[in-house]
Amino acid sequence: MADEAPFQFLHNEVLQYIYKSAENGETDNGRNIAKLENMGFRVGQGLMERLTKDTARFKDELDIMKFVCKDFWTCVFKKQIDNLRTNHQGIYVLQDNKFRLLSQLSAGKQYLEQAPKYLAFTCGLVRGALSNLGVKSIVTAEVSVMPACKFQIMIQKM
Amino acid sequence: MKRLCLQNKNSELFTLTYGALVTQLCKDYENDEEVNKQLDKMGYNIGVRLIEDFLARSSIGRCQDFRETADVIAKVAFKMYLGITPSVTNWSPAGDEFSLILENNPLVDFVELPDNHSTLVYSSLLCGVLRGALEMVQMAVDVRFAQDTLRGDSVTEIRMKFIKRIEENLPAGDE
Repeated sequence: MADEAPFQFLHNEVLQYIYKSAENGETDNGRNIAKLENMGFRVGQGLMERLTKDTARFKDELDIMKFVCKDFWTCVFKKQIDNLRTNHQGIYVLQDNKFRLLSQLSAGKQYLEQAPKYLAFTCGLVRGALSNLGVKSIVTAEVSVMPACKFQIMIQKM
Repeated sequence: MKRLCLQNKNSELFTLTYGALVTQLCKDYENDEEVNKQLDKMGYNIGVRLIEDFLARSSIGRCQDFRETADVIAKVAFKMYLGITPSVTNWSPAGDEFSLILENNPLVDFVELPDNHSTLVYSSLLCGVLRGALEMVQMAVDVRFAQDTLRGDSVTEIRMKFIKRIEENLPAGDE
């Protein structure tokens, strides 16, 4: 039996560490976000590798995205993505209406600007997961109304 | 599509994330001692919060003595959070020190220590977690790894020693 709590606490601590150990204050935000994203990337790769060890190959890109929305998201966040949209031209938007890692943050407006910190690792996680399946992408995320957030995946043609 | 066994996979998320953290710390710090200390500190920060989660979800009352504490840690806490149940052994005659023996340490799945990190105590986070959590229930303890499978031992052994009872202060300070 594995529990959600250890990862959430660890994620929070990793966040605090990355930001505390930065030399400059505001100016290094980009670098910190990148560090978190890269950590998430490595974890996402490893996780997807374990997850798909015994599964059949995916039919197509959409099939992969559905897997990310259902199985991968459930594995990581114990729930599925609530909504998947695509323009069928390589852009996918995944909406999670109650993103677990934002649950620690209050819903107030002043915390909204902190939100990107809490999304960076997960963006990397998704990018790493896709990378393991041979899909190159750019993943960004935004929060409009807490605790819902949208992950945008842009597939990069290799 | 085959039904995936997702139960184990979540602990892999934790394991993999922990691995990424240790890797990052090894990059940031000059020597293993510093990494050990940092992991311990982070564990402490987690522990002081985790205890609230634990108490809320386990409905365990106040432990009568250190023996009961040991059992709760091994049979309830470890089981709840890491899905394993270490055995409690090697009690000191005074009853103030014991060992937790972990046949499997989930943190070290897929991990191998490279040669240049022989003094890294990879799972140092756990020591901090235990220390921080117990401090919040008024127990000062010393926690260290006596054996580590990553360093060639056959099991992982965590040694816990009761130092003293902490008087409750009002109000509690913030980290």
